[in-house]
Amino acid sequence: MTPKAVIEILKTGPLNTVQDAGRSGFRDIGVSVSGVMDPLAFRAGNILLGNDENAACIEVQMFPFKVRFLADTSIAVTGADCRTKLDGEELPPWWACSVRTGQELEMQFPRSGARSYLCVAGGIDVPVVMGSRSTALRGGFGGTDGRPLAKNDRLAACDSFISPLPAQGMGIEPPQIALANVFPTSTEGLVQLRAIPAGEYALFEADLPRFWSQPWKVSLHSNRTGYRLSGEPVTPSKVIEMRSYGLIPGIVQVPPAGEPIIQLADANTAGGYPKIAGIIEEDLWRLAQVQPGQSIRLVKSDAREAIGVARQINQWFSRLRDNVMPVKTVMGF
Amino acid sequence: MTIVSHEVPSRVSYILASQGDNIKISTIGSRAWLIEAPGDFDLPAQRRIWSLAATLRMRDDVESLIPGVTNLLVLFRQTPEDYDATFALLAGAWEQAQAVHPQGKLIEIPVIYGGEHATDLDAVCQHTGLSPRDVIRRHSQGCYTVFSLGSAPGFGYLHGLDPSLATPRKKVPSLNMLKGTVTIGGAQTGVSALTGPNGWNAIGFAELTLFDPCAENPALMAPGDSVRFLPERIEL
Repeated sequence: MTPKAVIEILKTGPLNTVQDAGRSGFRDIGVSVSGVMDPLAFRAGNILLGNDENAACIEVQMFPFKVRFLADTSIAVTGADCRTKLDGEELPPWWACSVRTGQELEMQFPRSGARSYLCVAGGIDVPVVMGSRSTALRGGFGGTDGRPLAKNDRLAACDSFISPLPAQGMGIEPPQIALANVFPTSTEGLVQLRAIPAGEYALFEADLPRFWSQPWKVSLHSNRTGYRLSGEPVTPSKVIEMRSYGLIPGIVQVPPAGEPIIQLADANTAGGYPKIAGIIEEDLWRLAQVQPGQSIRLVKSDAREAIGVARQINQWFSRLRDNVMPVKTVMGF
Repeated sequence: MTIVSHEVPSRVSYILASQGDNIKISTIGSRAWLIEAPGDFDLPAQRRIWSLAATLRMRDDVESLIPGVTNLLVLFRQTPEDYDATFALLAGAWEQAQAVHPQGKLIEIPVIYGGEHATDLDAVCQHTGLSPRDVIRRHSQGCYTVFSLGSAPGFGYLHGLDPSLATPRKKVPSLNMLKGTVTIGGAQTGVSALTGPNGWNAIGFAELTLFDPCAENPALMAPGDSVRFLPERIEL
């Protein structure tokens, strides 16, 4: 039995995929985590719809992206402000509303940010493979047959028992505003990412001031696998051959050329470059919203700070749940 | 454009990372802790890593364990509040760890040595000074142990390569090496699990699926398994 399709893709770039929170249980057999690059936008979208917070969504990173709805349902669009239009009418960012059969939604190249999330009531229904609906592009499985979305794809949604949203919709304040005091920006307006020194940090001693003080430009060769940083290279005091070790998203490695790589959602599970630092995972959603060509700054941090940031994020999610549910109960049908 | 799977060293000579007699414990971000065994790249060290993993697997606060090559990445569910206590926990667990001999299975892999997929056999001969027949004989006589899985889904790093066959990874990776290609990378050997870019040296080909996401056990190989290569055909 084929579930009833609710979304048809009319227009898409080459690397838009179905994702959920990822596939974390199989790293030891070489399976990348995958999953959304911006978990805050993803979870907030699902909370707005009353979905399971791991319900699969469409991660849009290539614009324009356009869909037609094949059934009446509710949607949320979060993440990058991509000037979303529903039948030509612009929706505010971080917005959820009900949509009718035949309506068309178009997402444009973002004003700010890099990735937008289209969530649908119930979540996108693709088969669960190894515990997740995320697309594993490199392994060629998960999501829509292990490949990016293509024009004419039709996607079904899982059953939703939540009352539909009012047509006029409802929005929330994005975390970069609601949590502005938690996520720092430099005086020149650059995203500051907190990083904790890692195993080979001391080898780079001579270049550490430069590592922490310069703005790093996110190179155009950056994607879900990793972000390459351009700037004045940092080099170790001696060249060592590392034995292959487990990687996690956020690790900052330094290849021989001296320009760091930050491994991300689709990264390999193992690698062998020296590691200088690890960006705290609570800050990775901000990196996901940095467009190639923009610059970031790295700020030395520690586990205590990471725990504090994680707590603030969890409190934000709690407030969202508390605020969204009553609104839906009152305004629902 | 993409970050290729097998990193290519830019210089020929390396100093091996060594911690003397002590383990090295470091963190990656706040939740992941890396324990690196002291000493050589050898089977006893790896067996102790497996024992350490088996001990830590029983803990509720551990989300994932990723054994590497003589190291183990421990990913906790939450960032540990107490750095010193966590350090002591992991160091203590290492002290307790014994070199276990896992009851691995034996995987026999028929290989077509040489031929159209063995694009780097000449390079291996040149580097080792051996003839193609000698390379094939020494490779197929080896008894290998799966050290760890990684780099690609289901790819096993195999230990036990005849040292005379060790050949550095390629400076320029092959862009589209077929899955099932039998390769040598440094002092290790393996069978590529995915078709794609690959920096290891291709010497043969095996009709073999190492990874099936829909299978109950998606990866054919597991750490501790033994692997033998059976020369099915030699094309020179």
